Amino acid sequence: MNPTLLKLREIVTDATLSPAQKARYLSLEAENMLPYPDLDSETAQAFHDGVLCDLVEGHAPYKPRYLLPDYEVVLRQGSAYLELDPPQSLDEAINCLMIAYHHVPSVTGMPVFIGHLDQLLLPFCDGVSDDGLYRRIKLFWRYLDRVLPDAFMHANIGPTDNRVARAIMRVDAELKQIAPNLTLLYDPEVTTDEVLRIATDNIVECSKPHVANHPLHAATFDARGYAIVSCYNALPLSGGAGTLVRLNLKEVAVRSKSVEDFLDTVLPHYMDLQFRMIDARMGFLFEQSNFFASFLVDEGWIDTDRFTAMFGIYGMAEAVNHLQDLQGRSGRYGLDAAANALGYRISEAMAARVEATPVKHAWRDRAMLHSQAGISIDTDVTPGVRIPYGTEPDPVSHVKALLPHHAFYPSGISEILTIDETIRSNPQALFTLCKGALASGFREFTANVAGNDLVRVTGYMIRLSDVEKFNNCEGSRTNTTGLGAEAAAVTGILERKPRVVGHELSPGYGQ
Amino acid sequence: MNSPRATVSKVLTFSCVDGPGNRLVVFLQGCNFACKTCHNPHTMGLCNDCGDCIPACHAGSLSMQAGRVVFYPSQCDQCDACLRACPIHANPMVQSMGVGDVLGILRDNLAFLDGITLSGGEATTQLKFVVALFGAIKADPALCHLTSMIDSNGYLAPSGWAKVLPVTDGVLLDIKAFDRRTHLSLTGVGNARVLEAARFLHAAGKLQELRFLVVPGHTDTATEAEALCAFVQRLGGVRIRLNAFQHHGVIGAARDWPAASRDSIEAIAARLREHGVAEVVTPAVYV
Repeated sequence: MNPTLLKLREIVTDATLSPAQKARYLSLEAENMLPYPDLDSETAQAFHDGVLCDLVEGHAPYKPRYLLPDYEVVLRQGSAYLELDPPQSLDEAINCLMIAYHHVPSVTGMPVFIGHLDQLLLPFCDGVSDDGLYRRIKLFWRYLDRVLPDAFMHANIGPTDNRVARAIMRVDAELKQIAPNLTLLYDPEVTTDEVLRIATDNIVECSKPHVANHPLHAATFDARGYAIVSCYNALPLSGGAGTLVRLNLKEVAVRSKSVEDFLDTVLPHYMDLQFRMIDARMGFLFEQSNFFASFLVDEGWIDTDRFTAMFGIYGMAEAVNHLQDLQGRSGRYGLDAAANALGYRISEAMAARVEATPVKHAWRDRAMLHSQAGISIDTDVTPGVRIPYGTEPDPVSHVKALLPHHAFYPSGISEILTIDETIRSNPQALFTLCKGALASGFREFTANVAGNDLVRVTGYMIRLSDVEKFNNCEGSRTNTTGLGAEAAAVTGILERKPRVVGHELSPGYGQ
Repeated sequence: MNSPRATVSKVLTFSCVDGPGNRLVVFLQGCNFACKTCHNPHTMGLCNDCGDCIPACHAGSLSMQAGRVVFYPSQCDQCDACLRACPIHANPMVQSMGVGDVLGILRDNLAFLDGITLSGGEATTQLKFVVALFGAIKADPALCHLTSMIDSNGYLAPSGWAKVLPVTDGVLLDIKAFDRRTHLSLTGVGNARVLEAARFLHAAGKLQELRFLVVPGHTDTATEAEALCAFVQRLGGVRIRLNAFQHHGVIGAARDWPAASRDSIEAIAARLREHGVAEVVTPAVYV
């Protein structure tokens, strides 16, 4: 048997994978037997050398990476294609959503966005008691975790204080499931302190939800809105992202002779190659895949014009430290003011170039800069603009060191603050930290509390107990545990003070 | 009038264990106790410029100038070898700070803070500075919403407390032991003034929290637990924090003492709750 068939047989006979997981890995192998979208030789070389990375999206993008349907459409008008009448009751609305999710693909094959759930369900809650609401949400949550077991699946709530948002946070803290992931959209003018306090108390309980700075995000998008999906990507609602290609800034820095050479020549060069790669992938998706000839478009769940391309970057810390070394400076990224200032300069330069570069097929004809949270196969490179694991300063200094970057990353800049367990006796401290970070201009606030079984691995959630089980070869019911286990073993993420970090996609079998 | 300055060992912008919410903590150098169980022993003494630390510094951050030990922070890699070399538990890396310096740090971190706690060392050994700083915070419209608290061993006399209480929102008070001889052996001083301070502060409505360090073989006895319960009952309601003796930072003989276990702490907590103490806080982590 040739190596390809051997690998397929290895997948088919793997004792730790379910049939569905096997089918998914087989499909990835099949897709990657096709030739890659056309790349010029220079871009292909940068891709081969690991300066550019496509996050293992696959050789033939036949669906957008992230899809953010406007579920309000299906709740309002039902679906002719799915033969669904408009729902009339809360039970029918939840049932309608449960059906809809199965028709929403993404890079992982499962939906990464399941709606602004409180806004979607509130119109159906008249006459439903608090207890009735709580019991329905609990069953709904159990269904989501068991049937769509992917930690990238993301629900949004807020910014208003309402019964559904409260019921969801109550259930989320109680069940402590990996899925769904959850973001509270926070607006100081609208969201009550009481709801924010429930959210930060939940973080102490289960490291969820993530809290997004709603006014900042809302100003980035338009009246049709946005959502936070997958591992903290902010994207246009009724659209999403066609692709996410990322640039390894560490590799760019080691190819530079000086800070000026980096900023003036080498970084712009590799950014241009990254745009070419984005163009190739978007071109295939929009011009050849026939994805958009879909009832999702016909019925108005999504709009072909609302898909951006995410311009990802990572390894800022290593890039800055390398450039500091070139200048004979000892200050390290995250800890030294001059090193941090160099980082802000790099972010600013990249933001300007992304803003100035047209991208075909993309929403507003532009890509969106994104501080990419990492992937399980990364070694010796820190996600996005984060401060390297184990060297982070205290949480307040940490927030202040990263704050100036936040203005430059409209499609998301996830940073995970690890908070030591003593906060359990004093949850007010986490509330103040969260509120302070958002008031200072943080686009999003994400924290892990040490000692929680449920922790973030670069953006998605895993259970530490599942990682242990997976490593003992028992397999796992959820698709992201494999990634988490791999990330933990390869990148040392569990060394993060006091725990975690990590990332996002399914890199394929045995990688 | 000279504005008082403080000798500062360390400043933290994030602490969730020194009072309610997130607090700026300023550790003032110098202590009037000599606790065997101290986890910051290098905050006890005040530098006498003997220079013993200079050869211990591999980074070249310390030097002798005009008879004074001088510290250059830019070279320091925080190896703390100087602290280990110091014969009097002092710290050559201390900074001198004025009231304005601390107000500046508060303003820089305002969005993240619920308040400030002065700790140590023993903060009240620099009482003039404490009074001046807290007075300035209360007088500043942008800062006066912050709570100002003191973490203390309680050795300050009532006349001293009377000076600082008008500008203080609360005191986190440690009682190291109720038995006088045990207190003397653990700290080098008796406990009469500490117990008096606890009663005085409680009567003034400023006793934020009473802390009791459980040291196996010393303060985990039935007698100590009974005395703690009786003292708290006579006092009326107060929040009790039980701390577990651990080895982190400890030097000298106490390093060989066993650390307090979760079980022993929980047993004392249960007894306090049986005696009607509503708020008993136990450690979130045992290491």
